Amino acid sequence: MSAWRRASVWSAGLAAALGVVITVSAAIGPAPISPAETVKAVLNAIVVPAGIETTAAGIGTLRLPGVGPLTLPGVDLAYASPFAYPVDDVHARIVVGVRLPRILMAALVGFALAAAGTVMQGFFRNPMADPSIIGVSSGAAVGAVAFIVFPTALSATVTLPLIGAVDVGLSYGAGVSLFAFVGALAAAFGVYAIATRHGRTPVATLLLAGVAVQTFLGAVISYLQLQAGESLRRIVAWLMGHLSGASWSEVAATAVVVPPLFVLLLVYARDLNVLLLGEEEARGLGIAVERTKRILLGASALITAAGVAFAGVIGFVGLIVPHMLRLVVGPDHRVLLPTAALAGGSFLVAADTVARAGSTELPVGIVTAAVGAPFFIYLLSNREVHEL
Amino acid sequence: MSADERAEGNEGEASDGPSATDAGGGPLVGVTDLTVSFGDVPVVAGVDLRVERGELVGLVGPNGAGKTTVLRAIKGTLAPDSGEVRLDGTAAADLSAREAGRRVASVPQDTSLAFDFRVRHVVEMGRTPHLGRFDGHGADDDRAVREAMDAAGVARFADRSIAEVSGGERQRVLLARALAQGTPALLLDEPTASLDANHAVRTLELVRDLVDDGRGALAAIHDLDVAARYCDRIVVLANGGVHAAGPPGEVLTADALRAAFDAEAFVGRNPATGTPAVTAFDAVGAAGAADERDADRGGADPRRLHVVGSGRDAARVIARLAAAGHELSVGVVPEGDAAAETARDADAEIVAAPAFEPVGAEAREAAVALASDADAAIAVGGGAGGDGTRVEGDRADPNAAVLAAADRAIEIDRDVDDADLLDAVRDPGGDLDST
Repeated sequence: MSAWRRASVWSAGLAAALGVVITVSAAIGPAPISPAETVKAVLNAIVVPAGIETTAAGIGTLRLPGVGPLTLPGVDLAYASPFAYPVDDVHARIVVGVRLPRILMAALVGFALAAAGTVMQGFFRNPMADPSIIGVSSGAAVGAVAFIVFPTALSATVTLPLIGAVDVGLSYGAGVSLFAFVGALAAAFGVYAIATRHGRTPVATLLLAGVAVQTFLGAVISYLQLQAGESLRRIVAWLMGHLSGASWSEVAATAVVVPPLFVLLLVYARDLNVLLLGEEEARGLGIAVERTKRILLGASALITAAGVAFAGVIGFVGLIVPHMLRLVVGPDHRVLLPTAALAGGSFLVAADTVARAGSTELPVGIVTAAVGAPFFIYLLSNREVHEL
Repeated sequence: MSADERAEGNEGEASDGPSATDAGGGPLVGVTDLTVSFGDVPVVAGVDLRVERGELVGLVGPNGAGKTTVLRAIKGTLAPDSGEVRLDGTAAADLSAREAGRRVASVPQDTSLAFDFRVRHVVEMGRTPHLGRFDGHGADDDRAVREAMDAAGVARFADRSIAEVSGGERQRVLLARALAQGTPALLLDEPTASLDANHAVRTLELVRDLVDDGRGALAAIHDLDVAARYCDRIVVLANGGVHAAGPPGEVLTADALRAAFDAEAFVGRNPATGTPAVTAFDAVGAAGAADERDADRGGADPRRLHVVGSGRDAARVIARLAAAGHELSVGVVPEGDAAAETARDADAEIVAAPAFEPVGAEAREAAVALASDADAAIAVGGGAGGDGTRVEGDRADPNAAVLAAADRAIEIDRDVDDADLLDAVRDPGGDLDST
């Protein structure tokens, strides 16, 4: 069976499993809602574009010299709902408005972290690598913590010509995410720049640069925590990883970033396989090694940044899920990458469901580590690991 | 070789690299004035070599001579400080990794795979330079992989993990991968280093067949006998440069090897293959004052020696003394005796007489003349009598007269060790019988 066909079969199975996990998760929570009602509520919420309409209210007012104010008409897609099952209104709002965005965010974050972890493990030829290895998580943490500690410094009102005064201050949640995202990319780029000499980026140097930068950023985070005062609790919660309070707009933002990057990584899956032979061998087999490494690093850093920007540092998903799947489907990244990503989505949805199902909500990072580590140990005890 | 022959030679090779047919002229691999340094330390300087179609070129030299460095520079994984590498007529620097991967395939000494890919998958990776980004493996690719696995003898364990096969099997997997790459030129770095005798021969026979079919190969080989047996030409790298290059018979000489390897070597002839067979000896020899010995002996202080004796013991003494750089003459020795054969390989002057017949006066006089010219005469295993292998003759052993004619006669035991032998030759008056 060819690799791509194997990938398709496994992915279809794991996508179906993800669907089941999402459905079950959506039915679990303080308010008892049956799975059937959950599914109906979700189907009711599905809308399809049905046309274009203009709205008189407009999106703004244009002031041009010599002409009176012009109202810009808004253009909107009209949507139609193909399903209309009878569902309790409160239940529908709980499922669609509260649980579903959180679950889908968990699925996206798990998907992104597992995909990045898979690529990093292959890239560093080391099953113990994870997405944070190039400083992404530490960078995100510095960005997020900095915003949490100094939120006011980061919003302003800007007067733009033609449009007038615009408040560019970010909502609190969006600010944290944006700063985490930027911090993650800055750290990853810094690590890359430190490790690159004369256009070459030796993997071992990159690894050590990552460790050094992580250590340094750890010091920055600790210092910021000392300065945090009342916001310390929020910092700790962010650092532990959380998915509560996810909104549809945040889901949409993550969903725009993650899938294209995943496709890019998947396109390079075969190159990643060849890179596992060693860079010299890969060069001899026609891989443009340094360019391929840059693409893999860049896409991994971006997809990880998208994952941690909202959810904070959720450990273990990017380390353990690729390793688990490698034991099951083998090391071929054409199969491993999509399956690990889908399994990562399922894993994080399940872990977050556990985290929020109890009477006190736990940070999901605690659950991923507490549940994942024993399962990982079980897998190791049943199968020999040849090399690290 | 004509283009037609080349095309025929490549028949049966699934989907050759385009470069197998669109030869750009020039050798498959051409290295001109190559200089590579690690930091400030030059590893190789001014290396010229080329590999033509239908040619297996052996790269030999002592450890650290830069064999692997030259191969890496050709592969493009090391940037030369100066000089040029051309692959099939095009400067390697102008080729993309993909284009280079269609012209040259390499078999490394070993691979470090962190994850346990299946053998089949590793061989399939050889097709990488032929595949577009979104291409799957086509029928051509499948056939190339199958043929490569059959040729390298890895089909039997194709579905085992690369981490589970032995070192020798892994080396054959890497060979299969290089074959699947379907390139006109092959680079091999110690291709038989971890192979058993059977597979070492099979691997080199396979490479030889591929080369005879019109490919070209450059192989770093540490085993000089193997290199002599399979290579069309040998390039000796030593002290960062090409020390000698040419057909094995011309290049593999005791003098050349002494200079290149800093070892004493005797170049005989492999009785089974007829190709040069190299036996190397430690240049220092016996334990003790090495510096003094080095200055005293070998190329620095060659003696003119006459050896009397026959059989394998005398042959061994002749080989060792020749390796140490002494100028030898031998006789009287029976025709076809092992000592006579060895003496011939050592370019010694030989006085031979038909075996089992009395030694004629003419032969005896010739041997006496050689012995009297020599600094010393050496009797192996009591050459003047009592030895079952000695020359039969008159009641008076003719070799007694030969020994008597020499300025100095040294008797040595048949099982003398190398160090004692060389000491005996060096020390005036040295006589092992007296020690």
